[in-house]
Amino acid sequence: MQKALKVARVMLSVYYAYMVEYRAELVFWVLSGTFPLILMGLWVEAAQGDQFDLSPTDLVRYFLAVFLVRQFTVVWVIWEFEREVVEGRLSPYLLQPVDPAWRHFFSHVSERFARLPFAFLLVGLFLLLYPYAAWWPRLDNLLLGLLAIALAFCLRFLMQYTFALAAFWTERASALEQFWFLLYTFLSGMVAPLSLFPDAVREVVLWTPFPYLIYFPASLLINRPEDVGRGFAAMILWSALFWALNRWLWRRGLRQYSGMGA
Amino acid sequence: MERYWKVLRLFWSTAIAAELEYRLNFLVTALISLGGLAGSLFGLFLFYRTGYEFEGWSWEAALLVLGLFTVLQGFSAMVLIPNLNKIVNQVQQGTLDFVLLKPISSQFWLSTRIISPWGLPDVVFGLVMIGYGGSRLGLGWADYGLAILPLALGAITLYSLWFMLGATSIWFVKIYNVTEVLRGLLEAGRFPIAAYPVAYRAFFTFVVPVAFLTTVPAQTMLGQGGRGWLLASTLLALVLLVVANRFWRFALRFYTSASS
Repeated sequence: MQKALKVARVMLSVYYAYMVEYRAELVFWVLSGTFPLILMGLWVEAAQGDQFDLSPTDLVRYFLAVFLVRQFTVVWVIWEFEREVVEGRLSPYLLQPVDPAWRHFFSHVSERFARLPFAFLLVGLFLLLYPYAAWWPRLDNLLLGLLAIALAFCLRFLMQYTFALAAFWTERASALEQFWFLLYTFLSGMVAPLSLFPDAVREVVLWTPFPYLIYFPASLLINRPEDVGRGFAAMILWSALFWALNRWLWRRGLRQYSGMGA
Repeated sequence: MERYWKVLRLFWSTAIAAELEYRLNFLVTALISLGGLAGSLFGLFLFYRTGYEFEGWSWEAALLVLGLFTVLQGFSAMVLIPNLNKIVNQVQQGTLDFVLLKPISSQFWLSTRIISPWGLPDVVFGLVMIGYGGSRLGLGWADYGLAILPLALGAITLYSLWFMLGATSIWFVKIYNVTEVLRGLLEAGRFPIAAYPVAYRAFFTFVVPVAFLTTVPAQTMLGQGGRGWLLASTLLALVLLVVANRFWRFALRFYTSASS
């Protein structure tokens, strides 16, 4: 246990130092996540006429929360893992007494901390544009929201890492992620809050993992929590499912792995 | 000039031959663009389903904008992404030296070396969407024809911006993702510019000229653009093209080569 903590601490600090070194790159990654902010403009304009259930203020808050949640749950492990397998660079990591998954996991986690200030700066900028929408989450919602964000990140990481394992069998594992990402973009609540979806669609979508990755944490942050118990249960169930699939594929994949190029 | 045509033919025939080795990829990319299409239609539908309309844009007219966006997306997947996003690799590995030594414009080489057929499904789906929206609105061939000019101008504008961002890698090697910022902002082109609040409209007209990429061609198609927009679009495209070329030459003065 103590050893695990030490490994975690060392990896976190190493990757944090690495991430902070490329600050300019980091700023651009933050700025490339502006999709929710673009949709915020559209929805605020649309809601002026009271034809939708939500007021412009709610929508500004919602999309700012979406932007933040998205910033904290960005995952890119599949691109790195794919390259490691195709170029054979995975081999030396297999010799280490730590599962290579943790290396990726901690590099993502430490990047969150490096990204934090820039993301908040951008949110502040938009609050200047819409000063009437400034709000504070209630303390319990805030804590639950942070927990939901952490879980959402873990789930998204698990899903993508599971797809990444397909790299053992095919050279284009990232195509899987591209397709999954489409579903994620349109069903997670990034284009619109789920309450604006047609009822039938919403009922179906709530059975998929997507709304819990964005919509659920975001609605906690804006003090409009919905069915908190179900949300956390769904995230834990989906995580367990992908965890099992992931470990199974990992064991099968290692037998398949030939260490190309190494 | 003729030499350039010949070189271009050679570039593209070799590129296509190389890409066709991955035929299964075509199926995958077609599936992904189909999914993307369904998703964007769903996104648009969410606005229109309660009877709300973007100011002055019916559902069919908004489809035209989305179709034009999809066509441009295909264009960037075919030409811009495979070429311009590689400039940074050339700089990083020092292979830009070889490009500069060739008796041909280096900008031409860097911008046209590869064509990737994987953008085709997007172009086709985009055209289908334009055809559907247009036929519902009763547009004729002349209307579509009129839109070709502003669309081409939009493509030139897009290329010039993208190329300039790619060229900045001469100074800042590790910012290959700066084009991702542009791509993120271009997403705004999925919707007519009239759908945005005033501040957004100003930003997407004067700072990042998204309005000229999809809204202006769609307006021309609908016969409601007015000469002013077309003129502005022409000026913008020409100015950016010249600036991009100048900027590249300027940037090259700072190129010091690497690892050689």
